[in-house]
Amino acid sequence: MPYKLTINGRHETVDVPGDMPLLWVIRDVLNLHGTKFGCGMGLCGCCTVHLGDKAVRSCLTPVSAAHHQHVTTIEGLSPDGTHPVQQAWVEQDVPQCGYCQAGQMMSASALLKKTPHPTNEEIDAAMGGNLCRCGCYHRIREAIHRAAGMNGGPSTSAGQE
Amino acid sequence: MPTMERLALDRRSFLKVTALAGGGMLLALYASPLDEVFAQMGFPQPKLVPGSFVMIHPDNTFTIMAKNPETGNGVRTMLPMIIADELDVDWASVKVEQADVDQAKYGMQIEGGSTAVPLNWMAMRQIGRAGRQMLIAAAAQNWSVPESECTTKSGKVLHESSGKSATYGDLASKAATMPVPDFQTLKFKDPKDYAIIGVSTRDVDDPNIVVGKPIFSIDVKLPGMMGAVFVKCPVFGGKALSANLDEIKKLPGVRYAFIVPGSGNIATLSSGVAIVADQWYQANQARKQLKVEWDEGPAANESSEGYLQQAQALAPQKPQQILRHDGDVDSALGSAAHVVEAFYAYPFMAHATMEPRNTTARYQDGKLEIWTNSQLPGIGVMPLAQILKMSPKDITVHMVRGGGGFGRGLVNDYFTEAAYIAKTVGGGVPVKLLWTREDDMHHDFYRPAGYHSFKAGLDSSGKIIAWKNHFISFGSNGRFASAANMEPDEFPARFIPNYELGTSMMPTGIPTGAMRAPGSNAIAWVMNSFIDELAHAAGKDPMQFNLDLIAGQQLPETHTGGMGMRGAPYIAARMRSCLELARDKSGWGKRTPPANTGMGVGAHFCHMGYFVDVAEVTVTGNQVRVNKVWAVGDIGSQIINPSRAHNIVAGGVIDGMSQLMDYEINIDHGRAMENNFNNYEPVRVAKAPAEIDVEFVDSKYSPTGLGEPPLPPALPAVANAIFAVTGKRVRRLPLKRSGYSWA
Repeated sequence: MPYKLTINGRHETVDVPGDMPLLWVIRDVLNLHGTKFGCGMGLCGCCTVHLGDKAVRSCLTPVSAAHHQHVTTIEGLSPDGTHPVQQAWVEQDVPQCGYCQAGQMMSASALLKKTPHPTNEEIDAAMGGNLCRCGCYHRIREAIHRAAGMNGGPSTSAGQE
Repeated sequence: MPTMERLALDRRSFLKVTALAGGGMLLALYASPLDEVFAQMGFPQPKLVPGSFVMIHPDNTFTIMAKNPETGNGVRTMLPMIIADELDVDWASVKVEQADVDQAKYGMQIEGGSTAVPLNWMAMRQIGRAGRQMLIAAAAQNWSVPESECTTKSGKVLHESSGKSATYGDLASKAATMPVPDFQTLKFKDPKDYAIIGVSTRDVDDPNIVVGKPIFSIDVKLPGMMGAVFVKCPVFGGKALSANLDEIKKLPGVRYAFIVPGSGNIATLSSGVAIVADQWYQANQARKQLKVEWDEGPAANESSEGYLQQAQALAPQKPQQILRHDGDVDSALGSAAHVVEAFYAYPFMAHATMEPRNTTARYQDGKLEIWTNSQLPGIGVMPLAQILKMSPKDITVHMVRGGGGFGRGLVNDYFTEAAYIAKTVGGGVPVKLLWTREDDMHHDFYRPAGYHSFKAGLDSSGKIIAWKNHFISFGSNGRFASAANMEPDEFPARFIPNYELGTSMMPTGIPTGAMRAPGSNAIAWVMNSFIDELAHAAGKDPMQFNLDLIAGQQLPETHTGGMGMRGAPYIAARMRSCLELARDKSGWGKRTPPANTGMGVGAHFCHMGYFVDVAEVTVTGNQVRVNKVWAVGDIGSQIINPSRAHNIVAGGVIDGMSQLMDYEINIDHGRAMENNFNNYEPVRVAKAPAEIDVEFVDSKYSPTGLGEPPLPPALPAVANAIFAVTGKRVRRLPLKRSGYSWA
């Protein structure tokens, strides 16, 4: 049956099986490739998107669960790279291979929405579902603090130039 | 001036130096098994010219080609940085473009072996400098002044006494007609004048990554593209005999389903079943209904436990081969004040790149076009051309950013599968083959397991006087399996007067291959752990014990190593600098650690780089917390991009922690048992050390690579710190086998 979802503010109707993972609808039906496939089991977080305000693993989320919902992908965080998380990621030169970073940034932006100035412990708790095989974790923490600083208020880390 | 380290230019070398037509020297990597392939390619090493790498636009902006595959080490940014600095243009005016595979134009195109810097440091500077010289020649001719009176700055040629200046953009068309200068006459920039090299520079893809631009191999999208899965026998080398193809073809979206007989070589094309559908998801759904009758083949009898038992049985026997023997080991052991014996074992490991293997291919009218994240795409074309009975000339390969490589992309099996499937489908239909995570873990070329049986002797002063290592590895007919080798000269050989390295090989059907710091990722843990045991047995401080060990005179090398080797050249002074700086930075022996907290050291030389890690860990019960790691390296006189360098070193430490604690592929009945990140788990953010302090020592040596060297010493540094706290020595990896986990 057709499912209606609002993706990055755009209304879309997709005629796919209800159990088709949102990940593959996003990538192969809606042609938004920023969201990545990593494990298919919700273990790595590469496929993280927002369903409403919540970070979810789109590889485990059936499209039926997104019916009449708002979905935000990395492309919708801001199309021009001006979201504080996007800016901070560039400023801290976070990526190595870069493959997991869309998922990292979606988890980070969901965290900052709920907790504008997270501690390292809060970061670790919120980002625990996102693997980085290259091990860029220090830069990720620094970038989240930096983005928090852009939200107004103190940044708990000086960040690296 | 940096001294060019003696780079093993003769004998059984991985490196060959080829004279360029212009008289310059280009270092080219020949991993020895590839020599033959190069010969087939009819490779006269190409003469590189600036025009292949640099395009100068009228508005005085520049396009610089990134010649190598990019899988996360930052070469796509770093190599163009070198050209830009010597060309003398502003980095802000440079746009980087990815080159296609064309080794006649760009030279060797590889991501592997920490080779990007040593193979290109000279060549990229020559390209930039030669281009600059041609622009100066053009300006000098226009102004009728001697070239020697012209200088450059920020993309302009200047003639100071007349006040004349011209942009490179204005001079470009004339410069293109100037002769390419003799590379040997070029005078490079003085390092103190570098404006780009040595300056932290953000990855050119950062802005694309943060907005989700489709820049990875998995993102390739072409009109009318179909998605494919390729189902192989779970047992390595097994063959597909029959399958319910008719049933599969009736499933939603499925267009093709067929058996691929395979090439008989698992490294090129395995046998299996291809399913091609309108969408990849449909192909993968159809796979769930697939029933295949397999001929599992001989590997079905192999298992990790079986290998361990064989290794334990071989350990007390005489080695099948002696790789090195110095002095009189048995007498020295007989006269030793103290003899220490130990057996070490480590497992198979999978690369588990974040991006599962994939390649897109399209075949039409006798031509094949490929988009891939391969780390060695130029070589991959050769077996592919043979299998498909095509000329390599009819195959075009586009290099697309890879989400991690770690050596997995050095084997082009997935790339060959995609091309084979696309050719079978034909008609110009683009096909994207994508492996699942399970495919990726079940069909890797694994870091080989290995076993070491040690016996070493200390004299009454605590000095190592005898060392015997029986290395039990994989191979047959006296040849090691891929990445399962040790070399005669590798550390601690040449520092111990009575020394024996022997080996026995077990045949295996399990495919093995290079994984980040091949060999070293295991050997560093083994050697540093056993040396730590000896330090404790001698009642010595492990840091001082390491320093003392390399203080003596080195015995001669028996053969010359290459870039990936752990043997010669090994310059003890370079390692000593790293040890001393790591000792001083970490406050080794100067601080009283808190309760349940201790420090460990690991030191390793590989890929021409020297690294020492000191780790401070807290152990509570079986829970390990790595508080801080001090990583100190010597990779030569110039860190080209410090931002990326620091990121890579920290990542190497964390990667090493994953290997130490968790990574293990168990083989049972000839198949890999682990299948996803729940049973093969990289370190997560909360487990990463709170701090990783990265230092590079001042060095006079020519710059070398950084992908591999920071990883190996992380394992023993943490393991030896755990011993410092617990007094328990773990001699089998991963640590989770012994009940440990990260706190």
